Amino acid sequence: MTTYTDPPKESFRLSMLLYDTRYRSMTIQIVALMGFMLLAAWLISNTIQNLAALGKPIEFGFFTEAAGYDINQHIIEYGNQDTHLRASFVGLLNTLIVAVLGCVTATIVGVIIGVLRLSKNWLVARIMTVYVEMFRNVPLLLWILLAMAILIESLPQPSAFRGEDPAATMKLFESVAITNRGLYIPEPLFSRSLGDVHLLGQSSFRMDVSLDFLALVLVLVLSIFATRKVTARAERIQNATGLRPTTWYINLGLIVIPSTILLIALGFHLGYPELKGFNFQGGTHLRNSLTALWLALSLYTAAFVAEIVRGGILAISHGQTEAASALGIRPQRIMRLVVLPQALRVIIPPLISQYLNLTKNSSLAIAVGYMDITGTLGGITMNQTGRELECVLLLMLVYLVISLIISAVMNWYNNRVKLVER
Amino acid sequence: MKKSVILGALTVAGLSAGAAAAATLDDVKDRGKLNCGVTTGLVGFAAPDANGEWQGFDVGVCRAVAAAVLGDPSAVEFVPTTGKTRFTALASGEIDMLARNTTWTLSRDVDLKNEFVGINYYDGQGFMVPKALGVSSAKELSGATVCIQTGTTTELNLADFFRANDMEYEPVPIETNAEGQQQYLAGACDTYTTDASGLAATRATFENPGDHVILPEIISKEPLGPLVRHGDQPWGDIVRWTLNALIAAEEFGITSANVEDMASNGTDKPEVNRILGVEGTLGEMLGLEADWAVKAIAAGGNYGELFEKHIGEKTPVGLARGLNAQWKDGGLMYSPPFR
Repeated sequence: MTTYTDPPKESFRLSMLLYDTRYRSMTIQIVALMGFMLLAAWLISNTIQNLAALGKPIEFGFFTEAAGYDINQHIIEYGNQDTHLRASFVGLLNTLIVAVLGCVTATIVGVIIGVLRLSKNWLVARIMTVYVEMFRNVPLLLWILLAMAILIESLPQPSAFRGEDPAATMKLFESVAITNRGLYIPEPLFSRSLGDVHLLGQSSFRMDVSLDFLALVLVLVLSIFATRKVTARAERIQNATGLRPTTWYINLGLIVIPSTILLIALGFHLGYPELKGFNFQGGTHLRNSLTALWLALSLYTAAFVAEIVRGGILAISHGQTEAASALGIRPQRIMRLVVLPQALRVIIPPLISQYLNLTKNSSLAIAVGYMDITGTLGGITMNQTGRELECVLLLMLVYLVISLIISAVMNWYNNRVKLVER
Repeated sequence: MKKSVILGALTVAGLSAGAAAAATLDDVKDRGKLNCGVTTGLVGFAAPDANGEWQGFDVGVCRAVAAAVLGDPSAVEFVPTTGKTRFTALASGEIDMLARNTTWTLSRDVDLKNEFVGINYYDGQGFMVPKALGVSSAKELSGATVCIQTGTTTELNLADFFRANDMEYEPVPIETNAEGQQQYLAGACDTYTTDASGLAATRATFENPGDHVILPEIISKEPLGPLVRHGDQPWGDIVRWTLNALIAAEEFGITSANVEDMASNGTDKPEVNRILGVEGTLGEMLGLEADWAVKAIAAGGNYGELFEKHIGEKTPVGLARGLNAQWKDGGLMYSPPFR
């Protein structure tokens, strides 16, 4: 008979935190974390104390005061008696406008350049290489300034359109004026308008949304939905009989006819710009600051997008292309149907960071006097109220939120197109 | 107050004010240089000349303070600031004083925690237009495109002026005077608005200054003066009384040519003797040497000399003394007594 003795009961001693390898790493991590938190707390309390000593405690009350300054480009109603909060909101919308326009253009230009860089045509491929190297190796700020300088110096002033024998004339059947203050294009007007819907009451975020616009979008969405039904039906017939009915004229009709009827019902017409007083009045005014920023941001980012697209295409094994041509598919279709869809999986993750870069780079807007959120909240508001810390923190938060939203949307898209393995 | 080194992003946000608030005089003496914030370039007021030396009316104030404190008018580090960066630069301690066509307003004095030490130029906001535009009054500017420097009081005055007169305008915001000049000359804006002195200085650099007119309306009061940050009264006193010494020097006929002579031989005017440190202990009260004002005046001359040399009627800027004449001559320049 054997007697078992329990293994000696291990009692926990404090020194084991340091000398026992099972606990040591944990101890080190906790100490490091505490140290880091102490440092952060010290920085924050120091900041608050110093600001209080300076007589500028952190507070955000200034946001409800009247801004007092005007902003030239505002897509929502804004006047200099509105609050700083609303001025910041106008700036935010301007940032979003240039970011969205820039991302879309950069993607289109970038994909075209990236594909053409791989062209078998020696000249085309070399020109694209020159484009890429030229744009990505010169600082963005210089491109923005160059674009603005070209627009300002080379285009005619509004006064050149005046007189018996004007030095400049309006283009496209007298409907478009290209001046060094911006592009004036016809604006859509509705004589039997449905009016606007006012959102968010009297708050600083209030905005008017045109019901005409909403109706048009609704009709278009319905039309597209109908065309998808028609296409699905054509697929079914093709699968059953091998013959695909022609659908393009039905689809075209489905999209064009309902929206045309709606436009006529609303009394759609164009408002043309006209030279009145110092400037052109009426029409939509696309300011040079926006154009310059948009162009420079898109062309600059497009150079990077092109490299990403090229990398993505080269990552697809050449066997895929060969297999596709062995099946008798034409080269353009191989690119569109076989290579690009697979390349997207490689392209999208780095593309996300290019979108984020473009959005953050749009904060260079002040160089050409484009009033984005950095120009309003981080510029004039900060300057007039003297609330540097509050404004900069908020500005950082705004950019953080915009970037996170872009990342979230793009990651969702990435998950949709990524390789699904069974 | 906690003395501290604030790191990283917080410094960027312009927060090291706590560390820099006390004893600017000692900091300046230790450094051996005065950090003075000026414009990024406005001919006559502050702009580098062909040799890269900063010259101008505001620069003269910086040099006078450097001479008074350090005894050397060239011991100045000029820090170019824009309308937007100037107050942050001052609050963060990057510069010791700001001499940059800055308008004294209540909110800047009280809310932005600055200390205006005096006024060295009484100005007002005006408009410049090309003669070809055929405009003779600012009231005719409805619908015009206006170039305007952001982060300035002129931006707010402009909004007020057009609102009060029920007129429309399109602002074109710009960052520096040079950009404003480029846009204005290219015709990207109909009119350029800033302080009338700034307009005159800008016009002086044009190829054909005669093709441009400054409209008669002055739409605001713009008392321009040097400033320091709140919280260091002794330093503020030094800058204030250096400026006053320049103004008083003109009143009493002390010039850069005769100041040494007057200081060594003394004069029969007690106040002049007190300014020059021949009598009394005014320098000691300020924490400076007895001959502080002598050095300040010798640096670039008295107020009147600075004015004539940099922006007066004989210079390309061509500004008349007007409101900036001595009080004896019907102007507003008036120094409190040195006693």
